[in-house]
Amino acid sequence: MNPHLLIAIPLAPLIAAVIAGLAGHRIGRVATHTLTITGVAIACGLSLYVLKQMYWGGVGTFNGPVYTWLVSDGVHIQVGFLIDRLSVLMMSVVTFVSLCVHVYTIGYMSDDPGYTRFFSYISLFTFAMLMLVMANNFMQLFFGWEAVGMVSYLLIGFWYTRPSAIFANLKAFIVNRVGDFGFILGIAALFSYTHSLSYTTAFAAAPHIAQQTLPVFGGVNALTLACVCLFIGAMGKSAQVPLHVWLPDSMEGPTPISALIHAATMVTAGIFMVARMSPLFEYSNAALSFVLVIGATTAFFMGILGVVNNDIKRVIAYSTLSQLGYMTAALGASAYSAAIFHLMTHAFFKALLFLAAGSVIIGMHHEQDMRKMGGLGKYMPITAITCWIGGLALVATPFFSGFYSKDAIIEAVGLSHRWGSTYAYWCVLFGSFITSLYTFRLLFMTFHGEERFRHAAAAHGHDEHGHEAHGAHEPRESPLVVTLPLIALAIPSLVIGYLTVGTVLYGNYFGSAIMVRPQNDVLAQMAAGYHGPLRLALEGLVGWPFLFALAGFATAWLFFLRRPDLADAAAVKFAWLKRILDQKFYFDWFNEQVIARLGRGLGTGLWKVGDQGVIDGALVNGTAASVGWFGGVVRRVQSGYLYSYAFWIVIGLAALLGWFLVHA
Amino acid sequence: MITLADLLTLSAILFALAVAGIFLNRKNVILLLMCVELLLLAANFNFIAFSRMLGDLTGQVFVFFVLTVAAAESAIGLAILVVLFRERRSISVEDLNTLKG
Repeated sequence: MNPHLLIAIPLAPLIAAVIAGLAGHRIGRVATHTLTITGVAIACGLSLYVLKQMYWGGVGTFNGPVYTWLVSDGVHIQVGFLIDRLSVLMMSVVTFVSLCVHVYTIGYMSDDPGYTRFFSYISLFTFAMLMLVMANNFMQLFFGWEAVGMVSYLLIGFWYTRPSAIFANLKAFIVNRVGDFGFILGIAALFSYTHSLSYTTAFAAAPHIAQQTLPVFGGVNALTLACVCLFIGAMGKSAQVPLHVWLPDSMEGPTPISALIHAATMVTAGIFMVARMSPLFEYSNAALSFVLVIGATTAFFMGILGVVNNDIKRVIAYSTLSQLGYMTAALGASAYSAAIFHLMTHAFFKALLFLAAGSVIIGMHHEQDMRKMGGLGKYMPITAITCWIGGLALVATPFFSGFYSKDAIIEAVGLSHRWGSTYAYWCVLFGSFITSLYTFRLLFMTFHGEERFRHAAAAHGHDEHGHEAHGAHEPRESPLVVTLPLIALAIPSLVIGYLTVGTVLYGNYFGSAIMVRPQNDVLAQMAAGYHGPLRLALEGLVGWPFLFALAGFATAWLFFLRRPDLADAAAVKFAWLKRILDQKFYFDWFNEQVIARLGRGLGTGLWKVGDQGVIDGALVNGTAASVGWFGGVVRRVQSGYLYSYAFWIVIGLAALLGWFLVHA
Repeated sequence: MITLADLLTLSAILFALAVAGIFLNRKNVILLLMCVELLLLAANFNFIAFSRMLGDLTGQVFVFFVLTVAAAESAIGLAILVVLFRERRSISVEDLNTLKG
């Protein structure tokens, strides 16, 4: 593999981002989006070319440095690429979704004053994500990790005049700091054993580190601690319980961002990272159990929250949380391939769902509340059909892409014998009921049933414009630049699972990129019973996950389409449950009332006592005060009278001479 | 016979008088200048005394230098004094305490 070609992949979006960011308003809107789309298209094309070369061309793994930044005490800090089948798959997914989102943005942001800034940011994001994915050392991984976090911060707060957006982007940033702290501790733990930042060294040293004990918390296995720390980083980035709180709030950002960063790519960085680190995690059953339990908990409990939310984007955000939980659970069950496979299919259908939601939002004139929608399918057919495809993929309907990945995860978790796997299995299995419930609730409330936007429009008209506004809010299908990416994403959402399941999941596609120890290899057991995608889907039609999904469909149909009054009655009857769900299990409350308050208390204490008292009071002002006091004492000597000075001169002379005489 | 010790004693007495004059005088700046002159003269006396004892004229040559410088210094001192008097309408030492911290 030619390194120059690989360098071009992240560099093309970077150059486009820099030009768009620095000179965007000078070169104009059309030039900006042409430039950035070209940059990402180059990256996408080259990624697909590399993928083709690696899969069909028989080109081997590339692992090497392309630039040495500095060498210190034998530690090389380098920009280096590890291009194997895992990273090239990620690169292709990232750049393809990014390309779709770039095109979509032309339509979605067309009347926004920050148009060029937006394009600059998303191209910068693509660069950062590619650096993360292509890294062959922890330093570059960390660079990409932080850079995507920064761009995410910038984009959540893209409409920086809204207080809620500022709150959300700070929240995302701070919660991610917690995760990143764990992440860097994990890197440091590995570094302390290997004295190297390269993946290869760390992976080779894994069995050795697994024998070591670290003298913290009364002695823990070094590798377990390092892996748990790394996974805490993944929990922040991939929004796992309890560091998930930032993701629903991140929906304050523009919808293309929600699709690209907060659904398809950045949030999957944690999943990718754990899969990349599979040679480490495989040697620590405790760490994998931790991963499994956290993932399963996220998958189930965050899905439930999607059922009670009314904001169309937030429902999809909770769905993202839940699906990330599935991927994490798959990692915990050592089914790394299944996690990456689900990551890929999810990237397509979740980006599709978000972009469809964005299309709905455009059609509804920036209304996001599903209670004010309904019956939109008639007015926005392309959006409705593509959104249904995305939804069906999400609930793992057989033959759709989501089915192949999600069913594999559920089965893998079921086959796993790791501690916590029984709990995890029930979580992910019931999770498919919940997934189906909130997905169909969203589809029904948005595209079917009563056209509630008419009441809203009428009420709105009476409030503000008198009688003239009747019917003026009729939703319309979005322009081609919006629907084209929807179609482009709907196709892989439909077929990519069917086409690639045999290769990616059961065909040992990843080869040496993912390491699974034989005793953990649940996918190998599943592969033994695999007889082609068609038969798998037919078997899936009678499998438990699909039956649960059907039950979810029926429930959603009854409560949200046929008899909406039943949903309201249930909400009254189970008011305590609804309150817990409306409060999102009190995570935000806990963070704000306990953690943030403790943090503020500590900060205030340090400020008042440490900073104002000790540093300002004792050290800075204390020095000045003691100098002043001493000056006040010695100023009495300064009488201003000449004779007094002369007197002191003589006294001094006499003293010096006397001393000289005595000693000499 | 006048011995070296006599001369040095005289010089020391003169010097002590001059120093005492500087310390004790509270009224008149001119007196200060005069005392400074007296200090220099006391020093000159030592020069002459040692010059005579050693039979070396260099000391006496130095006296001329000192006298010249002292004369110049007095002239400057008096000029300053005149300016000072114009400024403050007083030459009392007790009023001159602007150096006080």
